[in-house]
Amino acid sequence: MVNVIQQLFNGLVGGGFLALLALGLAVIFGMLRVVNFAHGAFYMLGAFGAYLLLTEAGVNFWLALLVVPAALAVVGMALERAFVHRLTQLDPLYNFLLTFGITLILQDLIKVRYGNQSQPYSRPALLDGSVNLGLFQYPSYQVFVLGFAIVLCLLVWLLLTRTRVGMIVRAATERPELTRSLGVDVGRWVTPVFGFGIGLAALAGVLAAPMRAVHPMMGSDLIITVFAVVVIGGLGSIFGSVVAGFGIGMAQAVGNLYVPALSQTLVFILMAVVLLWRPTGLFGREGVLT
Amino acid sequence: MSVRAASTALRERMDGAGVTERAMRARPGVRWVLLAGGLLFAVALPWLMYPPIAFDIACFALLAIAVDLLLGYTGLLSFGHAAFWGTAAYTATVMGERFGAPLPLAVLAAVLAAALLAVPVGYLAVKCTGIYFAMVTLAFAQMIFFVANQWRTVTGGENGLVGPPPELFGIDLSDPFLFYYAGLPFILAGIALAWRVVHSPFGRVMVAIRDNPSRVQALGYPVHRYKLGVFVISATLAGLAGGLFAISHGFASLQEVYWTTSGKAVMIVVLGGMGTLWGSVVGSYLVVQLEYFLSGAGFGEIGLVTGSIFVVVVLLFRRGIWGSAQHLLRERVQRSRVPAERRSRPGRDDAEQEGSAP
Repeated sequence: MVNVIQQLFNGLVGGGFLALLALGLAVIFGMLRVVNFAHGAFYMLGAFGAYLLLTEAGVNFWLALLVVPAALAVVGMALERAFVHRLTQLDPLYNFLLTFGITLILQDLIKVRYGNQSQPYSRPALLDGSVNLGLFQYPSYQVFVLGFAIVLCLLVWLLLTRTRVGMIVRAATERPELTRSLGVDVGRWVTPVFGFGIGLAALAGVLAAPMRAVHPMMGSDLIITVFAVVVIGGLGSIFGSVVAGFGIGMAQAVGNLYVPALSQTLVFILMAVVLLWRPTGLFGREGVLT
Repeated sequence: MSVRAASTALRERMDGAGVTERAMRARPGVRWVLLAGGLLFAVALPWLMYPPIAFDIACFALLAIAVDLLLGYTGLLSFGHAAFWGTAAYTATVMGERFGAPLPLAVLAAVLAAALLAVPVGYLAVKCTGIYFAMVTLAFAQMIFFVANQWRTVTGGENGLVGPPPELFGIDLSDPFLFYYAGLPFILAGIALAWRVVHSPFGRVMVAIRDNPSRVQALGYPVHRYKLGVFVISATLAGLAGGLFAISHGFASLQEVYWTTSGKAVMIVVLGGMGTLWGSVVGSYLVVQLEYFLSGAGFGEIGLVTGSIFVVVVLLFRRGIWGSAQHLLRERVQRSRVPAERRSRPGRDDAEQEGSAP
């Protein structure tokens, strides 16, 4: 039993990454109707950014946790202005293809410098030990990651539901034309929202650096799983993507315990089941996808 | 840019084929000259370049044509054709290695495996449209990748699977130059099938589904079943290409089922021109040659180049190579037609121009 609970905890930690990535993807999709393939690449850049700052400038984890997402959010905004923006009026497939191309470029840029191998990144000293969770010992860094991911998801939720900016973003997600006709300059918020989503991906990347391999391909493999998570949660639903992220994380961990052979494929099997039963996803609605 | 501009672009893409056909009909010889030239080029290719690369071009051309059936003609972006290509590659290699199957039987088994896999995947995927479809196909292909990765006893996992040297009716085909001529008829048959599908009533419904699914539904066509049909045909062609590819290399690896292979196929289609079929052949020639050249030059980070091409094509060159050629041809045809009509029917030229514009 303790074993199962520990696995569930592992799953929650893993689910935290899925949720953060799915959340950024959902926010961007809501505002721009763009599915950002490069989301995984920015997750990878986040991890490499932290690594780079540590090795080149001696900047510690905590500062990197602030600086890297902010810097990559700016890069994301520049990307939106320079490229994504030009294609938003066309079929959304074009932006999917564009961000796919950008993913290839970003990945290989990192490979030019670091080759196709993992880089080590040690945990911050403060979180190097483990904590007693009553039933079992658990690495304190993982506990921190879980807490951080949950707090972050809650903050984004508060931002979206309790602030004026969040209200505009939600309104623009639901009814862009009507929001415009009410005198809200929707276009002004597109670039910041894109940057914000990218920043979330980068943040997840920095969080991943001390506990996962810092590798040029770490993002692309994960982003496909995140796509499955988003399909399960419902592409238009921000709430659904977060719930599905944590849920899939736990399902994977528990699945891993009982049927280890399915650990990697489980998420896709679940996606197939959801598609059979509810093609719009668990929390998605008809008509969001056009 | 507006929604209107987008729909105009879409209509241009759609009309591209039709107008060229009209131009071709005006000069029926042109079509045969082009076809004969293309065939001659296909036959001469192994003399012009390193033969294994020549066959890679043929295989990727067919894979891209399979993707184009969905993307260009049905409006469905499949980002998961590596699943069918790779499944067929493993099937063909296993058939040859374990059961000593002769080449035609190994190819047949590969094609059947891809088609069988396409039925459940397609059934689930066609419930989704637009970007959703791309994500779902990508996810299912990744699932196949993980299965191939874990099922080591059959696929060899990361080591890949070595197949027997290819032979046909007792003739040793391990020389890539010879194998090219054994494999080419299969590829050409696949391309002919794709052409036949596109130019059949079924193909007309495909294009109609791409342009207005609700109206096609309202006309009483079972849209989902049509989409599933195209999906299975497309996967079958991808399987044919993948099976032959693995047999020609005598090797099937995880690379065949990885998402980069799906991305490469989509890139070939977009570069060559969506909804043109022949564009995929041109695109395949360029992309495979480029990758061969870059890796030969010791340049490992091919993604820098292919990714940049992808970005540039999507931003600035959405018609692709073949599509742009068609567009230029159409403009020339129109320019040559309008003055003639102006002469014959003065005063009505505006209306004529309006009518003949796509």
